Amino acid sequence: MMNIIVCAKQVVDVGEIKVNPSTNKPVLEGIPKKISDIDKNALEEAIRIKEKLGGKITVMTVGPPDAKEKIKELLAMGADEGVLIPRPQGADYHIVSKLLSKGIEKLGNVDLVLCGEASIDMFSGQVGPRIAGFLDWPQLTYSFKVEAEAGKVKAHRNMGDRMVVTEASCPAVLTVTKEINEPRLPSLMQILGSARKPIHEWTVSELGMDKEPARVLEKDLRGVKMERKNIVFKDDMDNAVEQLAEKLAKEGLLG
Amino acid sequence: MDFSLTPEQNMIRDMVREFALKEIRPIAADTDREGKFPWETIRKMGALGLMGMTVPSEYGGSKIDVLSYTLALEEIGKVCGSTGLTMEAHNSLGVGHIFERGSEEQRRKYLPRLLTGEGLAAWALTEPNAGSDAASLQTTAVLEGDEWVLNGSKQFITNGSIADIITVMAKTDKTKGAKGISAFIVPKGTPGLVYGGEEDKMGLRGSVTSQLAFQDCRVPKENMLDEPGMGFIGAMQILDRGRTAIGALAVGLAQGALEECLDYAKQRVQFGRPISKHQAIQWKLTDMATEIEAARLLVHRAAFLEDRGVPFSKEASMAKLYASEIAVKAAVEAVQVHGGYGFTKEYPVERLFRDVKLYTIGEGTSEVQRMVIAKHLGL
Ligand SMILES: Cc1cc2nc3c(=O)[nH]c(=O)nc-3n(C[C@H](O)[C@H](O)[C@H](O)COP(=O)(O)OP(=O)(O)OC[C@H]3O[C@@H](n4cnc5c(N)ncnc54)[C@H](O)[C@@H]3O)c2cc1C
Ligand SMILES: Cc1cc2nc3c(=O)[nH]c(=O)nc-3n(C[C@H](O)[C@H](O)[C@H](O)COP(=O)(O)OP(=O)(O)OC[C@H]3O[C@@H](n4cnc5c(N)ncnc54)[C@H](O)[C@@H]3O)c2cc1C
Repeated sequence: MMNIIVCAKQVVDVGEIKVNPSTNKPVLEGIPKKISDIDKNALEEAIRIKEKLGGKITVMTVGPPDAKEKIKELLAMGADEGVLIPRPQGADYHIVSKLLSKGIEKLGNVDLVLCGEASIDMFSGQVGPRIAGFLDWPQLTYSFKVEAEAGKVKAHRNMGDRMVVTEASCPAVLTVTKEINEPRLPSLMQILGSARKPIHEWTVSELGMDKEPARVLEKDLRGVKMERKNIVFKDDMDNAVEQLAEKLAKEGLLG
Repeated sequence: MDFSLTPEQNMIRDMVREFALKEIRPIAADTDREGKFPWETIRKMGALGLMGMTVPSEYGGSKIDVLSYTLALEEIGKVCGSTGLTMEAHNSLGVGHIFERGSEEQRRKYLPRLLTGEGLAAWALTEPNAGSDAASLQTTAVLEGDEWVLNGSKQFITNGSIADIITVMAKTDKTKGAKGISAFIVPKGTPGLVYGGEEDKMGLRGSVTSQLAFQDCRVPKENMLDEPGMGFIGAMQILDRGRTAIGALAVGLAQGALEECLDYAKQRVQFGRPISKHQAIQWKLTDMATEIEAARLLVHRAAFLEDRGVPFSKEASMAKLYASEIAVKAAVEAVQVHGGYGFTKEYPVERLFRDVKLYTIGEGTSEVQRMVIAKHLGL
């Protein structure tokens, strides 16, 4: 039996973001929201662990009230319960992670915490490791293959320049990469059944966090301008390929 | 009045959309070109509940509200008209008739396999000499001892030759016209059920459309659905519901055509700018988008009425008529916007153009829809 928590974040659908050309700021109003993709990989992995070992999956979100609707999607996929903790004004990674770790402590008897390696909007990769820090639990980051057994977990991890295999005893925090699995789609009956699964709403003060100051300063947020260079190589094919390769190498795009 | 979808309806639409984009869109062109029936896709759809949408869970189905059903059909239709028709004929017609009109025993016996995508259902009303005037059908069923003996032929039967179970309308009393028609369950493999070949169609080539013949085809007495003489009335009820569904598929195809155009028009440069910057193209796309929105609202309203349990026959006919007509128009314009490329198999609009025409014909032609609407107007 595994008591698993999956931390999932509601984000704006980054594919739909436009950048205001005069201010260079991303326009976030009216953009559809979704659960950050890699968090769905984390949930999928949790479901597979539960299918193998039994147990319970709770998804925990720090976010606005409308995140409840997105939590339902995760309940439809296979989580058993949801917890929504309101995101305080100006909350940073420190506050969000600490809120989650307090939530995990409040839930109690947790064996595993699964997070995406990073959220698709900010992609800082901070939340998982910070939670592990607050809880003082082992952390297995960037896992692309996970083998869980009662009381311990082994993860194959992508460290960029090498792969490592790490084993930890439970409780532990895992962050997963996109490659780990293909998140399942919920069936119609699972979608209809999701309405009956509970979503608990906890308050910041009940977690003792109403006076916690932020520590990470957000200085500015700007869109990256993308412009085509519009260079066309028209010569005979062999020549053109050579020129293209040379140009790409000069731009540092050929590794 | 509230035009917003419930969270569950949103989730259902998103789920089907994701499935359609991942699993159907990549194979839609091949399914059409090779006329290959996508069994694997149908099985996956079954696992998600998409082949049991008209039957409650106590029979193994995944019954959902009609509006959600239309949302799902729109998403499938958007990427593949063939798969859309297969799904619709199965859910609305074949399975629908057995569930709505079948006895408890018939439901328990025939439905389970059909609801998981393992087996398909077909529904046979049309005959070579009885299309719009379906009540003039000539297939007969005569009771001999404990068996009904069927003779006659059926034309244009979706899923016909690949179905596990076919619901067949046949005359049991020649003196009574429409009230002399009864419905029968004919399983695959029944002796005397003969497959007469497949139609070589202009479009929807990834869906199966079969000719069927019944040559002293014997089914047990208990295979009659409903009461004797109720076959045509049942069929009309099933068609009423099917119309909303066909409307939803047509909206899907039209939306698919529009989205192809929006992508293409922004990329194709002529006279120094993307053709999307030419007003002539903009107006085509604005009109397409407006008509699609109107058609979708008609479909949703018919579904809404059915979900409320109030009469919806007029609205369903209007939805089917309008949605299918504007969808044909949208597909014609979509080819036009693509210029010469739209005339080739390189772009999906060529397939859409061929697929969409069926929707003004199947389950009651546009003319038949107008006859239904005229009756509702007291004409
Ligand atoms: C791909 C495909 C799938 C199909 N699937 C099925 C299926 O699963 N099961 C099934 O039973 N049938 C199915 N059909 C048959 C379909 O329902 C019929 O084709 C349709 O009802 C029209 O009948 P028909 O083809 O005989 O045309 P006809 O009835 O001969 O009509 C020819 C033309 O005359 C018009 N017309 C006829 N009567 C009138 C009138 N009184 N006033 C004005 N105009 C009139 C029609 O609108 C049409 O334009 C399918 C057909 C196709 C092409
Ligand atoms: C079967 C076939 C045979 C052919 N045979 C020949 C041949 O033998 N020889 C030959 O030279 N060519 C031939 N063609 C090419 C044909 O003439 C072109 O396809 C046609 O001129 C349209 O050009 P296009 O396909 O590039 O479309 P585009 O010019 O890209 O047009 C796309 C859409 O944008 C619209 N559009 C473009 N500019 C404007 C504007 N300024 N304002 C408003 N709307 C605009 C067009 O009307 C169209 O709807 C053939 C094409 C086909 C499909």
